[in-house]
Amino acid sequence: MTAADVQATVPPRRRPSRTLRVGLVLVGLHLGIALLTLVWLPYDPTGTAGTRLEAPSWLHPAGTDRLGRDMLSQIMIGSRIALIVGTGAVLMGAAIGVTLGVLAAFATRFLDDVLAAALDILIAFPTLLLAMLVVAASERPSLGTATLALGIAISAIVARLSRILVKRVLRQDYVTAARTSGSSWPGIVFRHVLPNIWPTLSVNFALQFGLAVIAEASLSYLGLGPPPPNASWGRLLQEAQGTVFVAPFGAIAPGIALVTLVIGMNLLADGLRARNDPTQR
Amino acid sequence: MSLLDVQDLTYAYGGAAPVLKGVSFRVDEGDSVGLVGESGSGKTTLLRLLLGLARPAEGRITFDGAPLDPGDRRFMRAYRRQVQTVFQDPYSSLDPRQKVGDIVAEPLRALRLDRPHGPKVAAALDEVSLPPDAIHRYPHEFSGGQRQRIAIARAIVPGPRLLLADEPVSALDLSTRTRIVELLAGLQHRMSLLMVSHDLAVVAALCARIIVLEKGRIVEDGPTREVLTAPRHPYTRALISSVPRLPKP
Repeated sequence: MTAADVQATVPPRRRPSRTLRVGLVLVGLHLGIALLTLVWLPYDPTGTAGTRLEAPSWLHPAGTDRLGRDMLSQIMIGSRIALIVGTGAVLMGAAIGVTLGVLAAFATRFLDDVLAAALDILIAFPTLLLAMLVVAASERPSLGTATLALGIAISAIVARLSRILVKRVLRQDYVTAARTSGSSWPGIVFRHVLPNIWPTLSVNFALQFGLAVIAEASLSYLGLGPPPPNASWGRLLQEAQGTVFVAPFGAIAPGIALVTLVIGMNLLADGLRARNDPTQR
Repeated sequence: MSLLDVQDLTYAYGGAAPVLKGVSFRVDEGDSVGLVGESGSGKTTLLRLLLGLARPAEGRITFDGAPLDPGDRRFMRAYRRQVQTVFQDPYSSLDPRQKVGDIVAEPLRALRLDRPHGPKVAAALDEVSLPPDAIHRYPHEFSGGQRQRIAIARAIVPGPRLLLADEPVSALDLSTRTRIVELLAGLQHRMSLLMVSHDLAVVAALCARIIVLEKGRIVEDGPTREVLTAPRHPYTRALISSVPRLPKP
């Protein structure tokens, strides 16, 4: 996706506020749940709370799993894990990616070419495969390795996008004007380049956040995610797979959680971008 | 003593043929000089060299007697304060994500001039006939002519001695153009002007002297009136005759 595509999909004037509201509500919901799990849970997510494979009821709104554990409590823990991994991976990807992108944009032609080629090779690996390689290289899967793995994958994508965006901003007359006004290069990066690439980058961060949440679920599904008692949505889905015909809600409930967070994140960023961009007011 | 002295300037991009060949001229304090020539004559390259954005292959530029060296930070800081620029495109020359107040204050901040900057910014905006509350607004809230006024305010805020203008009115419509020309003319009692333009009418209105550039060489340099009424070089004659005129009624 290029910046031009992002610019071209700016929603009409009135929509952003509603987009932003829906996004805020969905992400806020997950954030609220994640924070709530720190102090309260309906049941102990690792202990037996009812009979096996119960259907949703008032006692167990999302039913129970094949060991009789409360699904809602586990899904709530899953929100926490998804947010931690997503935030960690995007922060790491942003820090490494934007730094590399800016350096590449300022580097000599040769160094820029080398960096661009290295990034292309890294991006050629599917995110999940790259993450699996990183996890496999570590001693044992954990929350940290999953975050690290996804952060590396994201930083390559962010670096490539940043490099293009920074180069485009550097060609603008206002950068030349800043130089002839006496601004230093670091000053120009912080005052002109970063604010001007932020709208497009923030959309990408949200996109990457959503993808990281899905990728983390995939890693967990394959048994490469955070180990129990971390109830990742991916692991819940994997565990519900065997009983999907008997107790379909065990697979549906974590799926709903996953989808609402990913969609919420994308809507939030889209709304924020439109609000951040002064020309869209 | 001359303010700006350009001696034997030569410049080439990469391994290509030189775009500037032995260009020499002077701008004295209080001068208003128009640098004219067609596209590709080397005007913009010359301006880049004067701005310290590129180094000449040969020749040298001196300002106030000191050689211009883009690597000399101390000199460049003093130079930037005294030489400011107005660009051609008032749309791309203003950062869309900065408020006008920040845009105009940029030279003050970048050159670390004495605070507070507010009164200087207000004075500059007043000078270009923009309302004081403009500082809280974004460039896209202004028309092309107003945006060029913002750019001019940014250029004059540190009190430069020389204003370099790169086709400052060519992106504007005719009536706006006239008002910006009047604004620039009003600034000339305080600073020298070196304006790059292909518009002879604008140059005639603003500049006392014309330098004609053709394929990287200066082919004519003299008082505007003389050059326009009695051009000596065939290229100048061609340039003058190419100005479109309304048919006589």
